[in-house]
Amino acid sequence: MKFIQKIGLVIFILALAGFSLLPFYGSYQLEKELVISETKDIHQEAMVDILQPMYGKVYTSNIKFIADFNRYFDGYNDELKSAEEWDKVIWDDYTFSLTKASATGPVSESPSLFLAVTILLGAFGALLYILPLYRNQPNGIKNDGIYHSSMKSRGLLGMITGSWLLLFYIVLYWFPAYLTNLVLMVDPLSMALSGNPASQWFLYGLIYTLAILVMGIRMFRKYRGNNYQTIRTASVMFFQLAFAFMLPEILVLFNMPWHDFKNIWPLDYSFFYDYRLEGMLGSGALGMFMLVWGIILIVVGVPLFTYFYGKRWYCSWVCGCGGLAETLGDPYRQLSDKSLKSWKIERYLIHGVLVFAVVMTAVTLANYFMEFELLGYATNELHTVYGFLIGSAFAGVIGTGFYPLMGNRVWCRFGCPLAAYLGLVQRFKSRFRITTNGGQCISCGNCSTYCEMGIDVRWYAQRGQNIVRSSCVGCGVCSAVCPRGVLKLENAGEEGRINDMPIIIGNKSISIKS
Amino acid sequence: MTGHSTKSKSKHFVIIGNGIAGVTCARHLRKADQTCQITIISGESKHFFSRTALMYIYMGHMKYEHTKPYEDWFWEKNRIALKQAWVSQVDTDKKTLIFSDDSTFDYDVLIIASGSKPNKFGWKGENLQGVQGLYSIQDLELMEKNSQAVKRAVVVGGGLIGIEMAEMFSSRKIPVTFLVREKNFWDTILPEDEAKLINRHIKEHHIDLRLETELDEILDDGTGRVKAIKTKSGDLIDCQFVGLTVGVRPNVDFLKESKIQINRGVVIDACFKTNMEDVYAIGDCAEFQEAPAADRKNIEQVWYTGRMHGETLAYNLSNSKKVPYQPGIWFNSAKFFDIEYQTYGFVPPIWGEEIESFYWEDSKGKIAIRILYQKSNQAIIGVNAFGWRLRHEYFDSAIEKGYHLEKVLGELGQASFNPEFYKSLHKEVLKQYNQENKRSIQIKKQSFLQKLIGSRA
Repeated sequence: MKFIQKIGLVIFILALAGFSLLPFYGSYQLEKELVISETKDIHQEAMVDILQPMYGKVYTSNIKFIADFNRYFDGYNDELKSAEEWDKVIWDDYTFSLTKASATGPVSESPSLFLAVTILLGAFGALLYILPLYRNQPNGIKNDGIYHSSMKSRGLLGMITGSWLLLFYIVLYWFPAYLTNLVLMVDPLSMALSGNPASQWFLYGLIYTLAILVMGIRMFRKYRGNNYQTIRTASVMFFQLAFAFMLPEILVLFNMPWHDFKNIWPLDYSFFYDYRLEGMLGSGALGMFMLVWGIILIVVGVPLFTYFYGKRWYCSWVCGCGGLAETLGDPYRQLSDKSLKSWKIERYLIHGVLVFAVVMTAVTLANYFMEFELLGYATNELHTVYGFLIGSAFAGVIGTGFYPLMGNRVWCRFGCPLAAYLGLVQRFKSRFRITTNGGQCISCGNCSTYCEMGIDVRWYAQRGQNIVRSSCVGCGVCSAVCPRGVLKLENAGEEGRINDMPIIIGNKSISIKS
Repeated sequence: MTGHSTKSKSKHFVIIGNGIAGVTCARHLRKADQTCQITIISGESKHFFSRTALMYIYMGHMKYEHTKPYEDWFWEKNRIALKQAWVSQVDTDKKTLIFSDDSTFDYDVLIIASGSKPNKFGWKGENLQGVQGLYSIQDLELMEKNSQAVKRAVVVGGGLIGIEMAEMFSSRKIPVTFLVREKNFWDTILPEDEAKLINRHIKEHHIDLRLETELDEILDDGTGRVKAIKTKSGDLIDCQFVGLTVGVRPNVDFLKESKIQINRGVVIDACFKTNMEDVYAIGDCAEFQEAPAADRKNIEQVWYTGRMHGETLAYNLSNSKKVPYQPGIWFNSAKFFDIEYQTYGFVPPIWGEEIESFYWEDSKGKIAIRILYQKSNQAIIGVNAFGWRLRHEYFDSAIEKGYHLEKVLGELGQASFNPEFYKSLHKEVLKQYNQENKRSIQIKKQSFLQKLIGSRA
């Protein structure tokens, strides 16, 4: 390792440590005025009262602050609940907003400084490490030592990384109040983009986007000379930065609903939720465009593009989840399970989630058109369950936290309902396939090993068969790592797409008809 | 399906060797006949693995289990019994195998697919510690053990395994000196331009490539380990590892006391039959009495031929109508560090007067294509490609049907198998051809729509 890379690594680790410890830094002080400004009118009176004992008290850590807050707040609600006075219970969660408002100390005083020494410095360190990679080496496959690496082969470093990611996602989804310091430091950036203070989701979006950009540059280094990989990576970097991160914030700046134009139902499972529909319908021509565009993508875009190019047009060129998997997740692609058993589990799970998403959306829409008369309760329950199980636990915690354990496409492979939909089209009506080059396969196994979707590519290639699988996201890495030039991602006629060759090219002894 | 089974229900096929030839034969036997008994015997490993992938285990690209083309349940599901044992003798009178532990095993039909073993030429010091070939899993394990604390490795022999070994060490940043007896790397197979292209690439990877250099002896450090080698020109090279990769020969020593006829390999006819009833041989260990075709050798030691032998023998064993082995257009491939090589048809290192050649190399000297064609009618007979993937199907029929050179040159776009978005080399090739021959072949233009939907034609 070059000296400059070592420096970069040290900087990155220090910045990461700073990022991880920062939430526990600083002090918190709640005042009545804060409660008034952060709570809804209907709750103001009660909240001011509930939190009375906390006013003026200086908490030296967010843990103590949140513990006290929960004690008073839950005490109030529990009493009402046991008295079955359901309409007086406060269902809104003010933990995050009030913790954030109460924060005092260096981070709230100079947020930009802390942003610079954690997230930005981390990105800088990572780039110092990444940019000199493979310098002065000829273009080619750079997989040396992957299975000797603790980070990339489920060693201790991989386990630590996975645990960190799991913890981060759990806190982000269910205990965001503990992240207030981190959110505070991105406030100025959020104000500049959307005119609003940051939420934990803005923080997440920023880290997510930076991860894709920085690790995307790593992809450029690693696959230098492979134009397919370079262009595809540039594409996911662009869509994440422009469509998922910048544009939605700018929309908010113009008082439009936060909207990601490239996100498609049912991955975007809340697209037909009443608040989303009302948001779009209440935002004039642009809002109407959001709605129509979203529906066109579902009804026309997915089948049409998938017919011509396979599901890769979305999964490995546009999608945000795919974007993270293909960049941050690339070092872990070889960890996906290739067994027939896992393929069976995959088919049950992913199509199960698709059915769940469709049913939930159908109930939601029925409820919407019936003007919330019959199905209100069922809809809410379904939303809660789906949001918790699929939206947060599966897509986030397992989907990313398990990168170092089960590979980078756990969510895309086992859970994403949009991938299931795209996959059905790809399997049954598409021009896309991975063509096997006659009899050139030597069964070495590089293709299967590096398939992030756990497809046993070799199973087909060694039989001279083309690979037509619903799960293939068309990342093109099987083709890249093949040492004998056997695999090629192609869009071509449907004829001969699925082929069976009992005797592979090159043997004239047996005529197949005999 | 596949004609009439001539075999009685409980016939027991026993295959010695679980490489590509033996396993392909077993799979096709099972496909054709659901009732026969099949056993594969190997001492090297319980399960079939891809020998060509051994290097990737050492380099950390894969683990051993990734090199197994079938999951472990596959064998039981297809009722192919696996036995891990070394066969030491074959008694064809009693139709029995004798294992190294003296236990025995009966067969009805014996298929020998025992592969190859590395050549040794009786060099002084060739049995020292740290000196080895590379063929089996055990060789790989030994190599792993032997490469601890190696400051320099010497690889002797400029062929496919030699360059793989050089790449393996190079992946672990162990300096390599590569001794090649010939004028250029692998020039017994490759024409000079191609061999030189690979010479340059080997050096680009900082390998100390020594052409026209032969090993004289290997020197002992006094403890039975290698400490250096001496070349025939008298150079001393300090090293802690010597890889002997000077070709392979059929692994048939265990048959020497049997009645099965052995020459260099197990002698077989065109239907893989040996001189003994119910004994067949396929793959690397088999030696045809007569070469299968004019451009083929009596011993074929390639992955693909092993597979074809297996396919064909299985067909013969499960059909009343026997077919002789009849290979189609030759093809092969390899990868030299980062440069992939594919060949189709007949491209010898030197060719006669009746043949002409067109050769193109890119300006950086890392991509090349050579097409050989008949002088008389310009029908192509073979193609070599470096750093350029070609479509097997296209060249299989182009060579078989003897396409005109200019037809092939005009169709190189569709004949290319390079990944999407790769720079098209077609124009540059045509430019050179047109200049050299005062011709004006053009690329058939694709419409924007054809390009957009990725039409192949």
